[in-house]
Amino acid sequence: MAVRKPPITTREYWAPGHAACAGCGPAIVMKLATKAFSEAMEEKYGDPNAFAIAHATGCMEVVSGVFPYTAWKAPWIHVAFENAGAVASGVEAAWKKLGRKGKILAIGGDGGTADIGLQALSGMLERRHNVVYLMYDNEAYMNTGIQRSSSTPYGAWTTTSPPGKYSIGEDKPKKWVALIAAAHQVPYVATASIGDPYDFYRKMKKAASVDGPAFVQVLAPCVPGWRIPPEKTVEVAKLAIETGIWPLFEIENGDFHNIKFQRFPKDGKFKKPIEDYLRLQGRFKHLFKRPEAIQELKNQVKEMWRILGKEVELP
Amino acid sequence: MPMRKVMKGNEAAAWAAKLAKPKVVAAFPITPSTLVPEKISEFVADGEMDAEFIKVESEHSAISACVGASAAGVRTFTATASQGLALMHEILFIAAGMRLPIVMAIGNRALSAPINIWNDWQDTISERDTGWIQFYAENNQEALDLILIAFKVAEDERVLLPAMVGFDAFILTHTVEPVEIPDQEVVDEFLGEYVPKHAYLDPARPITQGALGFPAHYMEARYTVWEAMENARKVIKEAFDEFEKKFGRRYHMIEEYKTDDAEIILLTMGSLAGTLKEFVDKKREEGVKIGAAKMTVYRPFPIEELRALAKKAKVLAILEKDISFGIGGAVFADASRALVNEKEKPIMLDFIIGLGGRDVTFDQLEEVVAISKKALEGEKVEEVNWIGLRKEIL
Repeated sequence: MAVRKPPITTREYWAPGHAACAGCGPAIVMKLATKAFSEAMEEKYGDPNAFAIAHATGCMEVVSGVFPYTAWKAPWIHVAFENAGAVASGVEAAWKKLGRKGKILAIGGDGGTADIGLQALSGMLERRHNVVYLMYDNEAYMNTGIQRSSSTPYGAWTTTSPPGKYSIGEDKPKKWVALIAAAHQVPYVATASIGDPYDFYRKMKKAASVDGPAFVQVLAPCVPGWRIPPEKTVEVAKLAIETGIWPLFEIENGDFHNIKFQRFPKDGKFKKPIEDYLRLQGRFKHLFKRPEAIQELKNQVKEMWRILGKEVELP
Repeated sequence: MPMRKVMKGNEAAAWAAKLAKPKVVAAFPITPSTLVPEKISEFVADGEMDAEFIKVESEHSAISACVGASAAGVRTFTATASQGLALMHEILFIAAGMRLPIVMAIGNRALSAPINIWNDWQDTISERDTGWIQFYAENNQEALDLILIAFKVAEDERVLLPAMVGFDAFILTHTVEPVEIPDQEVVDEFLGEYVPKHAYLDPARPITQGALGFPAHYMEARYTVWEAMENARKVIKEAFDEFEKKFGRRYHMIEEYKTDDAEIILLTMGSLAGTLKEFVDKKREEGVKIGAAKMTVYRPFPIEELRALAKKAKVLAILEKDISFGIGGAVFADASRALVNEKEKPIMLDFIIGLGGRDVTFDQLEEVVAISKKALEGEKVEEVNWIGLRKEIL
């Protein structure tokens, strides 16, 4: 009897027993990303294990490596919050001198990537290290208890962007690190969402397969930080794509004139309103009493698409 | 045959790095150390050095890349100074805690503010609690030798701690002196290959490095760093012995000069030791019972050697190019710890001198001796003295 090949590898590098919350979006990222990496390494070097991980301080680092336990079945190093790009550069250089084939996976959250680790990321990309930098974007500093980052979207509640008499919540537009990464003209940059795991998987594989640096920014909802029920993580991540608030794209070699989009409506008209995405999340609850703030958010989303070269209509 | 070349301190450091054959060097330019990475770049460009040289975007990334490379299991080197070292501060603790024997050359330079590119030791002294072994060189030859010794000690399995070698900004970094370059084969014998059993990032045997330590484990992890630093005392002395056998030059934790019948002993580190020797000669001719001593190793602090030195002196005058505001010089504070429970101890005086490149002159040293003599005669003097201050602009 023919056995159907599983759509993704059954190898595991992210072991059960880690201390992430029930319904954790970034935990799904860890699992899928390492599997995709392993498939790419197997295809490229004939060795599925030909990678090492350099992890920035953050939720996924904290929940996965509590001495004397580890959730990692791959060589793994954590040094500090702001330097995953630089640590990965050092590991890659050492591997080169050791004659070891493979690729380094650097992982950071949005705080460790968009803010405190941006310089180390830029250096790594610019120097063309053979490293994939994976940014799991849960849109705030979740490890320290939900403070805004530069990747927090407009209007969101966090503990340092509370709505109040003089505040609508976060008052700055989201910073798109993927575009900053692409400006380094590196071989491959992509955005993804765990709401489309196959798309994310394909992009991680692609990132791992190219020669030189790559950057993937994946949306990964945070249950306590977004104030969502644990069973809604993937649904929210899907709605982010379907409402147009989260673009899926790929940019190769910094070619902004030839951005490839995924799941983009042919007519540029998104069918589901952004309100569907917001309504599921406690962090946007206050916006429903402030329709002008929702309109402002929509304007920012349209502007983001325009910068990407797309005119869109949001219901 | 060893080769003699006239070179700057920075070149001596780069030569030491070349001889040690690190596989990864990550460095960022900073005055007065810039020539170290420049020279290494040349060595790599000419194929004389087989290292990956990562031209990082900051000192923070320099040390971070070194941590990554060292954790992957290769010999690693970097160089910096002053603000650059201060920017590395956070990662210095991590390098030691992860037990990564990175070696770093430091052109000892003052810290801002005001910004100042000239010599003192505030940069390395301020890193004394990070778990790095610290050596201080008196001249360019020592800079080269001590970097080789630093690799030997750092990589010893009884130690496995990072090490920094300081040599004074401009006074050594930019001053040419004849330096003997040891034979490569002898250096290879002295250092051997670095094949760590504890640090690697190898897919064939995956391990987790840099895990979170809860209160149940953290203190023990820190204690192992303490133990390693204690072990370093013995390992450094062994390395000094072996170095002498192989290269003919002798190093000491504390090197003494005319101390045997001295009433006043001037203790310092780095290039100032050379000045003090000359000054001691002059004062001896005048009939003053004075000697000098140079501390080559500052971490681990040479407690036993300092006790032995202190026994010889009636006044131990510590001359140091650093200040810990609110208490005094750091070396003075450390020396006090070494002597606190000794039954007999000399009068101890601290002299803050030569900060930010202020020249240390014989006139200033005369002031040190005058204050020391007063103390010797039973007069009450300040314990912490700033020497060579321009009172007219204060």
